[in-house]
Amino acid sequence: MGLVGESGCGKTLTAQSILRLGEHQGIIKTSGDIQLHGKSLFAMSEKQLRKVRGGQIAMIFQEPMTALNPVFSIGSQMLEVIDLHLDLNHNDAKLHAIQLLEDVGLQDAEHLLQQYPDALSGGMRQRVLIAMAMSGNPEYIIADEPTTALDVSVQKRIIALLRKLQQDKGLGMLLVTHDFGLVAEMCDDVVVMYAGEVVESGAVMDIFDHPAHPYTQALMGCRPEVAKGGRALTVIEGQVPAPGEWSQGCRFAKRCPYADLDCQQPVAANAWQDDKHTARCVHVQKPANIEAKTPC
Amino acid sequence: MLEVRGLSKTFQSGGFLRQGQSKKAVDDVNFHLQAGETLAIVGESGSGKSTTARLAMRLIDSDAGQISWQGNDVTHLQGRSLRLQRNQIQMVFQDPFASLNPRMRIWESVAEGLRVHRPSMSKQQRRDAVADVLQQCGLNASTMQRYPHQFSGGQRQRIGIARALIVEPKVLVLDEPVSALDVSVQAQILNLLNELQKASNLAYLFISHDLSVIQHIADRVLVMFDGKVVEQGAVADVFAKPQHDYTRELLAARPITHPSERISL
Repeated sequence: MGLVGESGCGKTLTAQSILRLGEHQGIIKTSGDIQLHGKSLFAMSEKQLRKVRGGQIAMIFQEPMTALNPVFSIGSQMLEVIDLHLDLNHNDAKLHAIQLLEDVGLQDAEHLLQQYPDALSGGMRQRVLIAMAMSGNPEYIIADEPTTALDVSVQKRIIALLRKLQQDKGLGMLLVTHDFGLVAEMCDDVVVMYAGEVVESGAVMDIFDHPAHPYTQALMGCRPEVAKGGRALTVIEGQVPAPGEWSQGCRFAKRCPYADLDCQQPVAANAWQDDKHTARCVHVQKPANIEAKTPC
Repeated sequence: MLEVRGLSKTFQSGGFLRQGQSKKAVDDVNFHLQAGETLAIVGESGSGKSTTARLAMRLIDSDAGQISWQGNDVTHLQGRSLRLQRNQIQMVFQDPFASLNPRMRIWESVAEGLRVHRPSMSKQQRRDAVADVLQQCGLNASTMQRYPHQFSGGQRQRIGIARALIVEPKVLVLDEPVSALDVSVQAQILNLLNELQKASNLAYLFISHDLSVIQHIADRVLVMFDGKVVEQGAVADVFAKPQHDYTRELLAARPITHPSERISL
């Protein structure tokens, strides 16, 4: 599942609130509920939650450069996580760590355990973080922009690795990204967010072939690879409204070419619906067919 | 207009405790840049693309090679004549927030170049020039009293461009100018760069790792690997018929644009 949107649309906050990670950063008011196998995560104690975090749901962060502690070796950081989730003696834990590193395609894993993060490239660090995320045998992975900070060819390899792990271990993955290329590579379903709301959701093919919400359509048109022959790129005028400036009606209306008086009323998340494909927009009749494929 | 021949630069690392190592960051690079055209430099981190641009601008000194500007050798200019030369080539950085002083109002930041390059201008003339250039870059002149934190990422990049344009350079060096931006904002900035180029016949040296952006904006492209230029040519040719293995590898690593292109594992 891909969670897509621009900076400030609330996608990272949504992903982090699943594991209730924002609570110490001054996020006070949360409403709604998140359930895992029928149990509410919001009703859990901090102790129960610690078992879920990393155990059932693991997270991969955006910045492989800063997510590792520079003063501890890779081994001690990995063993710390393994200790937390599995009841293994020191030797077995070490063997498990080596196995995890080999699973993510790192060679000479035993030597790597003694290394410090500064000796590793960005791609290797991201592999180590993925290995750490896998250490508690999670059922679900939340990956927040897992490839953004990496070089293109390294990105491709990390994408292949995530897809392989997902296939081998039957993982459910929530992929938070602003990159439609990554969505095209990895996702079955897509949720598009704008200004704190879900504006469209559906199967990946439907979203790429028939984006319904004007925001999704515009976002697709902004990509330089869809503009042919040096034509100007589609732009979305204005900017995403800050949380205090959200309107009662459609939050995209101010920037939308189709906006009219109807858009000043609150719009339901499924104001337009075609099977599993929904859009928070009152003006969708027939989804526009954007030519997303470029011959090159 | 700008011509670079045999440019090389070696950096020394290490020092006090560690044995020094030398790394050839740029190795025998040649290129030329005409008015009104966009030359892109593509390569991975550490391939030497930023160093090449900084050498061509004379921000750092080269170990070997020659840089000429409109037929004159500028490789060894010093002092006043170097400052005059720098007036011709200005730079826009990747992270516009890091390149703006948070304690200066943006009009002061944008006007800084004028204080160095046009010292005879009065304060009022400088303000008028700032208002003009901000407008050209799609910003309202009434915002010039604000501080950098009051602007969004895209607006800050517009300020970064305005700041480079204020001394009326012939060449802009753009170092990953859109990689920190959201795709919708990126589109705005790319369109702005195209408009500015048409209006003032500017030449761009455009550093990027994003092949889609390069394909959209550049006329010619230099592919760099490990300090060397491994391939150069018209964008359409290089993308259609890459000659070097590394270029092929880069093109193969491009993100797909539609889920139907996905390769099954």
